[in-house]
Amino acid sequence: MEFIYEVEGGNFIKAGNASSAVKKTLKQLNVDPKIVKRTVVALYEAEVNIVAHAYRGSITVNINARSIRIILDDDGPGIPDIELAMRQGYSTASPKVREMGFGAGMGLPNIKKNVDELNMSSIVNKGTKVEMITYL
Amino acid sequence: MSKQQIYHALKVDNNICYGCTHCMSVCPTDAIRINEGKALILKKRCVDCGECLKACPVDAIYVEQDDWDNIFDYECRVALVPAVFTGQFPTSISEEEIFSMMKELGFTHVFQAEFMVDVLNELLDGQIQRKPEKPLISTFCPSVVRLIQVKFPSLIDHIASVKPPVDASTAFYRKLLAAQGIPEKQIGIFYITPCAAKIAAIKGIGKDGEAVINGVINMSYLYNKLYTRIKNSKKEMRQLPVLPHLSSKAIQWSLTRGEADNMKGNCLAVDEIHNVIEFLEHLEDEDIPKVDFLELRACDQGCAGGVLLHGNRFLTVERMKRRAKQLGSENGHVNWKDHKDIIEDKDLFISKVNPLPAMTLDEDFAEALKKMERIRNLMCYLPGIDCGACGSPNCQALAEDIVQGKANLSNCVFLQRMMEKSNKLSSEHAIRIIEKTWGKDRLSKDCKKLGAKNEGM
Ligand SMILES: Nc1ncnc2c1ncn2[C@@H]1O[C@H](COP(=O)(O)OP(=O)(O)OP(=O)(O)O)[C@@H](O)[C@H]1O
Ligand code: SF4
Ligand code: SF4
Ligand SMILES: [Mg+2]
Repeated sequence: MEFIYEVEGGNFIKAGNASSAVKKTLKQLNVDPKIVKRTVVALYEAEVNIVAHAYRGSITVNINARSIRIILDDDGPGIPDIELAMRQGYSTASPKVREMGFGAGMGLPNIKKNVDELNMSSIVNKGTKVEMITYL
Repeated sequence: MSKQQIYHALKVDNNICYGCTHCMSVCPTDAIRINEGKALILKKRCVDCGECLKACPVDAIYVEQDDWDNIFDYECRVALVPAVFTGQFPTSISEEEIFSMMKELGFTHVFQAEFMVDVLNELLDGQIQRKPEKPLISTFCPSVVRLIQVKFPSLIDHIASVKPPVDASTAFYRKLLAAQGIPEKQIGIFYITPCAAKIAAIKGIGKDGEAVINGVINMSYLYNKLYTRIKNSKKEMRQLPVLPHLSSKAIQWSLTRGEADNMKGNCLAVDEIHNVIEFLEHLEDEDIPKVDFLELRACDQGCAGGVLLHGNRFLTVERMKRRAKQLGSENGHVNWKDHKDIIEDKDLFISKVNPLPAMTLDEDFAEALKKMERIRNLMCYLPGIDCGACGSPNCQALAEDIVQGKANLSNCVFLQRMMEKSNKLSSEHAIRIIEKTWGKDRLSKDCKKLGAKNEGM
């Protein structure tokens, strides 16, 4: 089963809407609460990354009997050095974003911690693609 | 997780209900349906918040209580009163006067539900420090506890294990009376409840054979009884009982911030059921900054907004604050430590709270997935008007009811028109469907209904 959500860059008020919708779905599907929590936390971080760092993006969620597979695809500046971006505490967030409580550089490490598989690819000045998989 | 465990105090009086959908649309857990013209509360989903009762225009929803005469089954008849009860009376009437009149009504003892607050406060502080799951969520409001069981099972581990004041005070007082030589069987403790949730919680426990509270009396019922008496009293001198005064903290405990203001650490209070749900959603997503303690109450203004209270909740809060101030200067602090020896752990701690998830489509994941696929497909056809004319609260809920085998697509009044147009449904059949949901003759002229020409005749 597939679900698609649009994400608007820069709109922090709506950040988290897709995560909430996915959470509701997973709960209805009686997925183990611990897995729901992990998945939603990871998705939320990735969703906020689009809002904070990119211009726009889409989230595609695929659920089947074996796994939850989520792909976040955005138009944005891209990430020049993914390995560096993955480091705890690394952030290019502007002071304004930090003021809002984001920009600790913990997002990507947190995603990694909460999903079973994480694949990232990015093209500078074009966009970033994040794939995360959680096995059921 | 057997079904009998779930007790609900909110009931629909089918003689009064006229199937207007008001309760169905306000229910925060989508627990109400209309069937044969009457509201039906789905037990698995109901959290006893009382929103439906507040919304019903004809008072068809009521809170089941024990028969008043039941108190006379006991020789020692204790009324356990929460502070909000006295908060409804003007401050010119003292607590002693109110309680002495309760005795005239038949109680032999009056005791305060918040008596144990200081002990519980200390225990909660300890748990805040030790518990890995932050924030610690208070057990005070049973409707919130039920809400977490039903809708937020992943947050169950956040719930504190410290008993709410009513339960702890009851256990304590029962022992105090026993220590005074009163035989256990003669002690009847009756809780004067501000809400349906407390009743449900009280009736839900005691399955381990230990009846803690013997019965429940609705606050509105007792208020009326007492107020009539006050109004007609001939002002003769009463012998006023000596009571352990509550501390000003204990008096305000059931109000919003009553707990949060007294707990150590970063404490937050959220009241009103929809606000609570919104907050718990955030908590589940972990997008809440560090909070140590969460006070959550189903009612706006805490128990001052309980469904069985008389009068305006803001005025009740105001009066309780004034009472608390008066007491503050009287220094009526009770030292529970004097009785420390009779208190046992089981009087202070609850047993484990189990998840009772009721929002899932199926226990089996593969089955749930199939159902969800069907729902999404059905939603392509349902008009998204969320009018409730199908007897379910909204289109999504109807789709869910359909896949659960409890409703049909033809329950939707708009789809009925489409079906009639394409000759898939005869108009007689359509009317039968409507009568099934809304009751026979529902569409016939009736000038006695609310708002009509002969309303109430
Ligand atoms: N979708 C994206 N598009 C462009 N850059 C991104 C994207 N996601 C992450 N980045 C880059 O990777 C860095 C690290 O991301 P990470 O989520 O770990 O931290 P953060 O977003 O800066 O702060 P936090 O998530 O803790 O609030 C970001 O500062 C940003 O430069
Ligand atoms: S609100 Fe309407 S449908 Fe609900 S119980 Fe009252 S009369 Fe019946
Ligand atoms: S806030 Fe108080 S009155 Fe309201 S449901 Fe909870 S315990 Fe009952
Ligand atoms: Mg981030």
